[in-house]
Amino acid sequence: MKITRETVLNIARLSRLRLSDEEVEAQRHDLTRILGFVAKLDELDTSNVEPTAHAVETSMRFREDVVEERLTREDVLLNAPAVQDHMFQVPKIIEG
Amino acid sequence: MNFRGVSDLLSLYENDSLSAEAAVGSTIQALAADTTNAFITVFEAESLLADARKVDQDRAAGKALGPLAGVPIALKDNMCMKGTRTTAGSKILDKFVSPYDATVVTKLKEAGAILVGKTNLDEFAMGSSNENSAYGSVKNPVSPDRVPGGSSGGSAAAVAANLCAASLGSDTGGSIRQPAALTGIVGLKPTYGRVSRFGLVAFASSLDQIGPMTHTVEDAARILEVIAGPCAHDMTSMDVPVEAWTKNVGQGVAGLKIGLPSEYFATKGVDPDIVAAVQKTIAALEAKGATVVEVSLPHTEYAVATYYLIATAEASSNLARFDGVRYGHRAEASELSELYEKSRSEGFGPEVKRRIMLGTYVLSAGFYDAYYRKAQQVRTLIRQDFEEAFKKVDVIVGPTTPSLAFPLGSKTADPLQMYLEDIFTISCNLAGLPGISVPCGLSQDGLPIGFQIQGPVFREDLVFRVAGAI
Repeated sequence: MKITRETVLNIARLSRLRLSDEEVEAQRHDLTRILGFVAKLDELDTSNVEPTAHAVETSMRFREDVVEERLTREDVLLNAPAVQDHMFQVPKIIEG
Repeated sequence: MNFRGVSDLLSLYENDSLSAEAAVGSTIQALAADTTNAFITVFEAESLLADARKVDQDRAAGKALGPLAGVPIALKDNMCMKGTRTTAGSKILDKFVSPYDATVVTKLKEAGAILVGKTNLDEFAMGSSNENSAYGSVKNPVSPDRVPGGSSGGSAAAVAANLCAASLGSDTGGSIRQPAALTGIVGLKPTYGRVSRFGLVAFASSLDQIGPMTHTVEDAARILEVIAGPCAHDMTSMDVPVEAWTKNVGQGVAGLKIGLPSEYFATKGVDPDIVAAVQKTIAALEAKGATVVEVSLPHTEYAVATYYLIATAEASSNLARFDGVRYGHRAEASELSELYEKSRSEGFGPEVKRRIMLGTYVLSAGFYDAYYRKAQQVRTLIRQDFEEAFKKVDVIVGPTTPSLAFPLGSKTADPLQMYLEDIFTISCNLAGLPGISVPCGLSQDGLPIGFQIQGPVFREDLVFRVAGAI
């Protein structure tokens, strides 16, 4: 499978990544090669095979519905790059 | 260093030949003299010594001590420890300070361990050579111009260079076992769900598992006894009992059936010194009373492709959280989507971007069934191969890696070639099995060789029995 420059730019947009021209070309090359390699799986007929999401069979455990002491607001904001009035600050979203 | 490994140190403590203060003092000196770049953060010496003196005082006062009291242990820097920096080897988390303890950290602290620092790794644990770290490559202590393996390369080097008694690593496709093999130490990936991942920076959530990296098999068992068990904060950790695995280490292999997958030995490009050392080890196990049985894992050749579809898809989803808003690197931006894009583009390194792109591609509309679902179906076939094989044998053995430790820089140009380093370790994660790498000799050039033992899910007891006999 040949990956085009447009495909790379579209995937970058979905990934929220900005790539330089050089990076676009490198990604195009690498994705083409890796997708060529994984195409090996097409050799296998899997039409009647159930997919595995988790390797070890398990059912969801229940826990008691109790209030726990977890992170405080200060803990949560400790690593925030920008804080205003005890909240995460981001650039203006709505023009007004 | 005045000790080597966990069991050795504990016996020195037991017969009063060494104080925790002296052991930790010697560790601090070794850490300061490190030339391998194994650590991203080393904790403050005075606080480590204070912790050590407390252990000595408690021992003198006859207080009950935890099973790892006074034992210096290092953490891979993708595990959170409250108040310490956790970078995951990435610039995007350069200034991130953990607001809480990972469950493994809580358990190690409760056991009395002295956590000495955070080790280097491939960025977000993505790599097989530790060359993808934003904090520089790690040198293999056995041969400094060679890689230590990855992604837990710093944790491997820290033990191999004897800078701490043991370390924790994480393993998504071989990231504990491969560096253990390349540096000549023991590395265990427990069964999926055996150890809580709460507080581990997520890479691929259906594959990631934390485990010990140690000088000896007994040390690995001691640490697993401490860190295993269900956790209320990780719903994928399973409610199965913690066993006395240290007892399995000396039990021997008499009566055990050991499976040799014909596919492992038919794989092209395996170093001849590795093949010879592994065959010699198998013969030694046979001489100790094990029966060797040939088995087949027919889908082995599809494992790497399956892995790189599943792991990158999950990674692209997990790494979406790095957006420059709540934590991590934030770029200058005048509007929100620019903030996301610039923060991520500046913060992530090339291999991480490559995997996010591949993962996003295989999950994107129109391709999901052809790639992600297909890989999950082949994952079922790989799992079934093991289930069939384990009807005939107790464990499956073979080489941990196809190559010996390779020179720094020799495989960085070709990501696909690097991915193929994981050919023998990846199936274990896809099938959720426990797997261990144990040193089994040296190449003609003196480079370490790893012997891998894989067992059925939650049968670490069998893995430890065989590993203990090598």
